[in-house]
Amino acid sequence: MTADLGYGMTLVALVLAIYGGAAAAVGARAGRPALVESAQHAALGVFVLITACFALLTYAFLTFDFSVRYVATNTNLGTPFYYRITAVWGALEGSIILWSWMLGLYTLILILRHRDSARELYPWALATMLGILAFFLLVMTIAAPPFQRQVPVAADGRGLNPLLEDTGMITHPVALYLGFTGFTVPFAFAMAALITGRIGDTWLVLTRRWTIVAWYFLSLGLLIGGWWSYHVLGWGGYWAWDPVENAAFMPWLTGTAFLHSVMIQERRRMLKLWNIVLVILTFGLTLFGTFLTRSGVIASVHAFTQGSIGALFLGFLALVVLTALGLVAWRWEAFRSQGELDSVVSRESAFLLNNVLLIAAAFTVFFGTVFPLLSEAVRGVKVSVGAPFFNQVNVPLFLSLIFLMGVGPLIAWRRASLESLKRNFLWPVVLGVAAAAAAFILGVRSALAALTLATTVFVGATIGVDFVRATRARLRAGEALVPAVGGLLRRHNRRYGGFVVHLGILLIALGVTGSHAWSVQTEATLRRGETAELAGYRFRFDDLTAVEESNHFKVVGAFTVSNGRVLDVLRPAKKFYPQEQSPIAYVDYRLGLKEDVYLVLGDFARDGTQATIKLQVNRLVSWIWIGGVVLTLGALLAILPERRTPA
Amino acid sequence: MNQWAKFLVGGAVIAGALAYMIYAGVTQSAVYFVTPAELRAAAVPGKAYRLGGMVVPGSLKWEARALDLSFTLSDGTATVPVRHKGTPPDLFAEGRGAVVEGSWTADGYFKASLIMAKHSEEYKAPHDGTQAGYQELIKTLRGDGR
Repeated sequence: MTADLGYGMTLVALVLAIYGGAAAAVGARAGRPALVESAQHAALGVFVLITACFALLTYAFLTFDFSVRYVATNTNLGTPFYYRITAVWGALEGSIILWSWMLGLYTLILILRHRDSARELYPWALATMLGILAFFLLVMTIAAPPFQRQVPVAADGRGLNPLLEDTGMITHPVALYLGFTGFTVPFAFAMAALITGRIGDTWLVLTRRWTIVAWYFLSLGLLIGGWWSYHVLGWGGYWAWDPVENAAFMPWLTGTAFLHSVMIQERRRMLKLWNIVLVILTFGLTLFGTFLTRSGVIASVHAFTQGSIGALFLGFLALVVLTALGLVAWRWEAFRSQGELDSVVSRESAFLLNNVLLIAAAFTVFFGTVFPLLSEAVRGVKVSVGAPFFNQVNVPLFLSLIFLMGVGPLIAWRRASLESLKRNFLWPVVLGVAAAAAAFILGVRSALAALTLATTVFVGATIGVDFVRATRARLRAGEALVPAVGGLLRRHNRRYGGFVVHLGILLIALGVTGSHAWSVQTEATLRRGETAELAGYRFRFDDLTAVEESNHFKVVGAFTVSNGRVLDVLRPAKKFYPQEQSPIAYVDYRLGLKEDVYLVLGDFARDGTQATIKLQVNRLVSWIWIGGVVLTLGALLAILPERRTPA
Repeated sequence: MNQWAKFLVGGAVIAGALAYMIYAGVTQSAVYFVTPAELRAAAVPGKAYRLGGMVVPGSLKWEARALDLSFTLSDGTATVPVRHKGTPPDLFAEGRGAVVEGSWTADGYFKASLIMAKHSEEYKAPHDGTQAGYQELIKTLRGDGR
């Protein structure tokens, strides 16, 4: 019953989305506002229906309705209340609903915001959104239907993948999908710009904040994914260059490039074609990521279900890219640039280089991810490249990007004079070099770490220089300190929001560098009362106990951590789920600004007298999460509505 | 030199550097996927391999105190002895699939630096919790627990 109702609503939503997309397109073409209005109603209807589907599925989960196959495969009577809600999007079918729901939500916001302000572009953007929404509803109908009947009705379900029983499950997919779907809006406006031939700045100005929002959620999704990996998966790291991670990282890279290159078009009327291509690429990569992770062409540690969905996404991706490029070719004449590059030493060049490097990084990630496919096709042997490849190629690229982060915002447009270079960059360079020297004296012997430190301090100093200079100017104009700073942030919120985001990235860069350069780990098998040592810490194995939880059973070790004095008792565990082939590690840690102590229970003797543990002291990792918070503040500042009040 | 020429040269330099870095990265970190039979046919000591097979029942030895793990991987036609320093991963067991990364040694065994137990793509049907190992484990640990 529930399954039939849900399936029926999905079908109606699909029909409505197709109708709405067509109506908006015809209405725009024939200049008939009534049709566009009808499309708006259709969009509202689609959103209401998807919301109802979502609510229905959630209800089915909460009431253990095992007549729905998706519920039966992803929950069981032991699944706690909270995780029954997050289990709704715990697997493929549910995440497609979540994705569609967000697309529907963005479509509604687009209608509310742009209905009256963008008469020319809006109907086409609406048509594009509804067309894409129709595709996802089609997937929900034929390839990954969440509402399928389970015959006969199961007495109990299979249970949720234990790794997904984590609070990260609510935030990680939601943020990631808000990012993915968010890039649909700039894409829709880019399509509208191409179709109407108005490829000037209007579409960029309209989508500016949309892009920042999408970029922010994607960044957040990646960071929470890292945190989840760090504290749930128990391998001691936060990023493994796994195909699934790469799939989300590629659109982030191109989206970041887009975020920067729009500024050149706004300011200098250049790079129109480039911007359109970037937005097509970013949207295309979000689809490609889904194809990659759901089709099984690339083996991944993420065990996702597979099916016809991969082929569907590949087909849709081809359709989208070919249509978009066809439109670009059709409007080729309009792309002639109005501005010219004046000098190699200018802000335009810095931004251009930033874009080239980001695209190079995206290409590297793409190349490394699909390398096994390539080598098998070309040479007939299956060869993969792992983390060393990605690190080796990307580290120079990212270091250069961070360096540019200091140069770009301060260097002059068009042509920078030697005088202005000296004024802006002398102190930051001096400070950067001094930081590297200080690090060397303090015993840092890793050239890479010293270089990263120098670059980070340089960039931090440029931000400081700019901020102090702007504040001083306001103080000279007679303002008090607090209103001066507040006014500066508020008036130039995009600029300073960007700076704060940059600061966040710097902190993340420091965390990543530190954890790579200085983390240490070891393994040890201890009898009760014995201790192991690592990096000045002592770990004493106290005891091992068994605990029964609502849907699993766990074995918990207790280890006293001390460094001269007792710091903490860590309790890493192994969880045994009856529906699982093998236990799941549950790590325990003590986080710190300087270093984290991180413990994984490996193996144990059945009588509880002996345990094997993996000990890690991970350096500076916390700064990655702190950087994420700073980045959030910056993004919030940047998306505040711009204020154009007279001074 | 006019501006465009400068940008062209700059672009060419970047493209060249990237191509070189990718080439060097691939040659240095390429890992070859092989089956035990393929490895047996032509093993090059020192070369990085990713070897996949089934853990032969009865071959698994785990010396917890010394952290020595050894087992034999088989693909039905050939077998390869594997040694590893460290705890076996959670999903690792005899009779199951496993993938190991490492190199072939001149002493006639595969030295694994990384062990990945093969995660089944599809979620497994539930064992009803009556499975011998699970119950026994609960019993022994509970009995001893506190």
